[in-house]
Amino acid sequence: MNLRRDVFQALADPTRRAILLLVASQAMTAGAIAANFDTARPTVSKHLHILTECELLRQEQTGREIYYHINAQKMKEVADFIEPFRQLWDDRFNKLEAIMKNYQANP
Amino acid sequence: MEPKTKVHAENGKQELVITREFELPLELLFKAHVEPDLVEQWMGTKVLKLEPKKHGSWQFETTDPKGNKHGFNGVFHEFVTNRKITRTFEMESAPFGAQLEFLEFERLTDHTSKLTMHVVYRSVGIRDQVLQLPFAKGINMAHNRLQETVKNALYHDKAQ
Repeated sequence: MNLRRDVFQALADPTRRAILLLVASQAMTAGAIAANFDTARPTVSKHLHILTECELLRQEQTGREIYYHINAQKMKEVADFIEPFRQLWDDRFNKLEAIMKNYQANP
Repeated sequence: MEPKTKVHAENGKQELVITREFELPLELLFKAHVEPDLVEQWMGTKVLKLEPKKHGSWQFETTDPKGNKHGFNGVFHEFVTNRKITRTFEMESAPFGAQLEFLEFERLTDHTSKLTMHVVYRSVGIRDQVLQLPFAKGINMAHNRLQETVKNALYHDKAQ
């Protein structure tokens, strides 16, 4: 599974970015978030689901309500623009290591 | 867990350093940089030319999913077996010009080794642009996928 790409997909949508900005200032319920958008409530729910799925948001139950919080750790990870570059080299070097281990075993 | 591959890029500098420790003997790590068929496998590129010697040159070519070919080339300035490679690297389809790369190979134990890649760019701006390429690509891929998703969703809504 390519979680990274999923995070980028999540961030590529303007509505989802707006949701993150909203929730960044305070934890909110789905209803309160939806009230800020013209889009239909199920559409907002879908966005929340995607954001939660890739861990940019996390849910917390408070009484009967579910509040959405921002996952600062994940946001920081994504905002680090060097990370995809590092990942690219890490993937290459992992491949190098695997290929050469195999080569060592079957020269 | 600490990541195996590290990238050190200080703000406002036109260079960066990539380090990686391998569970491989030094000789094998070096070999992976010399043998064309091995380079092809881990770099995911076609090796058109690779002359592993001082003043030798190299030429790679990759094909993207759309079938477009991208060329890369450079020359070797130093080529010392199991120790170091100094080379230039240039992306033919990008306006960044050549970058200078110092690769140092170190033996850690009989079974482990370390690679240090010191890369120098022409300017701070170019370094930052190169650093952001994979980031931008990620965003673009996301956009393309999102467009597909939206198109499908629209179609689906109309069908209902």
